[in-house]
Amino acid sequence: MSLEGIAAQAFSMVAALVLAPLLAGWVGQCRAWLQNRRAPPLLQPFRTLHKLFRKEAVMAHEASPLYRSAPYVVFACMLLAGMIIPTLSTNLPLAPAADAIALVGLFALARLFISLAAMDVGTAFGTLGARREMLIGFLAEPALLMVFFTASLLSSSTSLARIVESVSRQELTILPSLAFAGVAFTMVSLAENARIPVDNPATHLELTMIHEALVLEYSGRHLALLEWAATLKLFAYSCAGIALFFPWGVAHARDYVALALAVPVLVAKLAAGGFFLALIETTLAKMRIFRVPEFLATAFLLGVLALLVHILLGA
Amino acid sequence: MTPMSTQLVNLFASALLLLAFAMLSQRRIVRLINLFALQGLALVASTITMAYATGQSHLYWSAAINGLLKVIVLPWILHRLIRRLSVKWDIETLINIPTMMLVGIVLVVFAFNLALPISQFSHSIARGTLGIALACVLMSFLMMITRSKAVPQVIGFLSMENGLFFAATSATYGMPMVVELGIALDVLVGMVILGVFMFQIREQFDSLDIHHLEKLREE
Repeated sequence: MSLEGIAAQAFSMVAALVLAPLLAGWVGQCRAWLQNRRAPPLLQPFRTLHKLFRKEAVMAHEASPLYRSAPYVVFACMLLAGMIIPTLSTNLPLAPAADAIALVGLFALARLFISLAAMDVGTAFGTLGARREMLIGFLAEPALLMVFFTASLLSSSTSLARIVESVSRQELTILPSLAFAGVAFTMVSLAENARIPVDNPATHLELTMIHEALVLEYSGRHLALLEWAATLKLFAYSCAGIALFFPWGVAHARDYVALALAVPVLVAKLAAGGFFLALIETTLAKMRIFRVPEFLATAFLLGVLALLVHILLGA
Repeated sequence: MTPMSTQLVNLFASALLLLAFAMLSQRRIVRLINLFALQGLALVASTITMAYATGQSHLYWSAAINGLLKVIVLPWILHRLIRRLSVKWDIETLINIPTMMLVGIVLVVFAFNLALPISQFSHSIARGTLGIALACVLMSFLMMITRSKAVPQVIGFLSMENGLFFAATSATYGMPMVVELGIALDVLVGMVILGVFMFQIREQFDSLDIHHLEKLREE
C-alpha cells in the first residue's frame, strides 16, 4: 500500500462525504424547478444535518444496543461503499476489500441492520417499514447482481476497478447487453434509494412510506447519521452507475493530472444524473406497493436478458 | 472488432426481443398495438441495415413492404378495430406478469440454445441474431396461449410473423420476393378476416373473451 494510494483513498472518502449531500440537494432543487416550486438552497441537506447533529437524541426505554448501534453501522457501510467504487481513481487500496458482489453484500448488511433496528422498538410503523424494505430488498438484490455479472463478463473480472479500466480503455462499440443492464440498474437504483415510483422520499404519508417509516423513531445525531447514510447510498448507486456505464475520465494509477481533472468530470456526471433522476421523479407517479414486485421483476428480467444477449451475441 | 453494421443489427435485434417482452407484459390493448408498431419499426431498421451492409437490393423492397404493412397499415386497422369494438381502454386482468416473465426467460434460453448450432451453418452477417428471432416467435406463442381476449391474441399472431420474418432475414438474407409478397398479402387478408371474426364473437357472446368459445352446448 503506497502513500499515494492512501492519499487517493482519503481523497475519495472526503469527496463521498461532501458530494453525497450536495447530490441530494441538487436533486431536490431540480425537482422543485421542474415542478414550478421555489427551490430549496443547494446546501439544504448540510443545514438539516447540522441542525440534527445539535439536537438531543431521544430514545425509547426498551431500545436495545442494536438500536443504538444501527445508525453507525449503516453509515459505515454506506461510506465504505462510496469509497470503494472507483469514480475518481482506479488506484484505491481499499478496493480489493470488496468486489462488485461484496458491494451488494455491503448494501444488504446495511439493510439488515436498519430493518432490525426499526423492528427493535416495537412500534407498528417500524415493523411495517422493515417488512416493506425487506420485500423490496430481496427482489432488487438479484437484479442488481445480474447487472454486475453482465459487467463482470464483459471485462472478465468482478473487481470494480478492473471493470472500469477495461470498459474505459475499450473502443467505442454498441453493446446491447450494457444497454439492457443500464435500464435494469436504473430501475433497481430507484427502488433501493426509496425514490418515485417505488417510494416518495418527500412524504410522511403513513400508508405509503418505506424509508421514512424505518427511521421514524430516530432523532438527533442518529437521525442525522441515517439521513447522511441515505444520501451516501444515493451517491454510491450513482457512482456505481457511472463506473459501469460511463467510466470515461477516471484517473488510472500514477496520473495526477487526470486525478485533478476527474473531480469536475465526476461532478458534471453527477449533476446530469441528478437531473435525470429528478426528471424521472417528476414524470412518473408512485405505484402501488403490490406493483413493486412487477417493477423489480422487470428489472431482473432485463438483467438476465443482458446476460443472455451478451452470451449469444458476444456484445 | 465487429463491423458497425453487425453491431447495429445486434442492437435492433435486442430491441426486438425487449419489445417482445414488453408486449408479453402489457395489459392495455392500445399500448399493445403501439408496441407492435414499434416492433415493426425495429424490424424495418434492421432489414435496411442488412440491405445496406450486403448490397442486396431486394431487402430494401421487403423493408419497404414491411414498413408499410406493419408500421402503418396494420396498426391503423387495429386502432380502428378497437375503437369500433369500443375496447380501447380494456385491461386484461388475469395475467401474472412476474411468472410470465420467468417463463419468457426460460423460452429465451431454450431458443438461444436451439439456434446456436443452426446459426453456425449460416454465413450471414447477422447469424448471431437467429436465436433472438426464434425467441420472439416462441414468445408470441406464449402470448397467444396466455391471453384470453381476442385482440391481444391477434396481435400475438401478427408479432409471430415479425419473428419469422426476422429469422428469415437474419439467417439467409430473406425469402424470395414472391414468397414475401404472398406472406404480406396473407397477413393483410388474415387481419381483415380476424377483424370480421371479432365482430361475430362479440355479437354472439357480448364479449371478446375467447373462453366462451370453449364451451360447447346444444341449444
